[in-house]
Amino acid sequence: MAKFTKKRGKASPAVSTASLPDIIFMLLFFFMMVTVLRDSDLKLQVNTPEATQLTKLEEKSLVNYIYIGRPTKQYQEVYGTSPRIQLGDKISTVDDIPLFLEQHKVKLPEAKRSRITSSLRVDGEVTMGIVQDVKTKLRKSGQLKVNYSAGKRAKELN
Amino acid sequence: MAKTKTRDRMNNEINAGSMADIAFLLLIFFLVTTTIAEDKGILVKLPPWSDEEPDITKLKERNVYSVLVNAQNQLLVREEPMRLANLRENAKEFISNPRRMENMSESPKNAIISLKNDRGTNYETYLAVYNELKGAYDELWDELAQKRYGEPYSDDMPYAQRKAIKTEIPMVLSEAEPTSFGEEQ
Repeated sequence: MAKFTKKRGKASPAVSTASLPDIIFMLLFFFMMVTVLRDSDLKLQVNTPEATQLTKLEEKSLVNYIYIGRPTKQYQEVYGTSPRIQLGDKISTVDDIPLFLEQHKVKLPEAKRSRITSSLRVDGEVTMGIVQDVKTKLRKSGQLKVNYSAGKRAKELN
Repeated sequence: MAKTKTRDRMNNEINAGSMADIAFLLLIFFLVTTTIAEDKGILVKLPPWSDEEPDITKLKERNVYSVLVNAQNQLLVREEPMRLANLRENAKEFISNPRRMENMSESPKNAIISLKNDRGTNYETYLAVYNELKGAYDELWDELAQKRYGEPYSDDMPYAQRKAIKTEIPMVLSEAEPTSFGEEQ
């Protein structure tokens, strides 16, 4: 008798929070999956232009990024002010591109290699000269799938 | 007596209350560091490299839609200056040629867009021009898909339908080697 009453008295006060961690863990896993810890910090100033006919890039692992822009203030002393190319986290020249592509390629299984895309993140203010050099180098290296990274434009052209 | 009671309570359950706190802490960390950065852009397939220049003199002049962009970011379309805002409509008219004009493409299959820029052209302008030209084709594909299958052109369409549309209106955009008048030093 005494046992029974005691138990009931104990159970009633607290609402069970045992499932709360599960819910939080679920959210946690979601964010862990979608998170990309920023791998390369940008030494260039890159404001991609805006466009309307956009395609979304699938499968991040199949994409390599080539940045083109002017060095940011803190790097101007080292790299000057004219537009430069950044591959990974290094400022590079056009001649480094084949090696960069190869390094990205070997990490992927053979079946997927034909789907590699190079995403060009180019500052809108840069002139086409350097972009053209990069494009030519990409063509010579056989990397033909290219994405001109751009933001979504909302307003009409005037 | 009292002793056994406390021991009983301890064995009852591991206190999971702090688990939520730990998970929250991690959650907030990932929330802050996350950038759900989806990369979007204009997907382009470059032509394979060949050492000799392609010969476009063989093409009929009426089938070639030449777009030139100079170092001052001005457009010259078929020998006439044009504003960027009109480019899409004009290109669409050229490709589809609804009124069967003598000086426009014989059919969408024959139409070729030739884009040439200067090394001094702004990338922003170049991309805007490219965007308009691609937009012209996208709109034409949309119209054809709407007419034939009753739905706008999208990647979710059956492969055969997309292929049929693309054979009807193939996108041929040729980029010539840029001139270098306005190269920035």
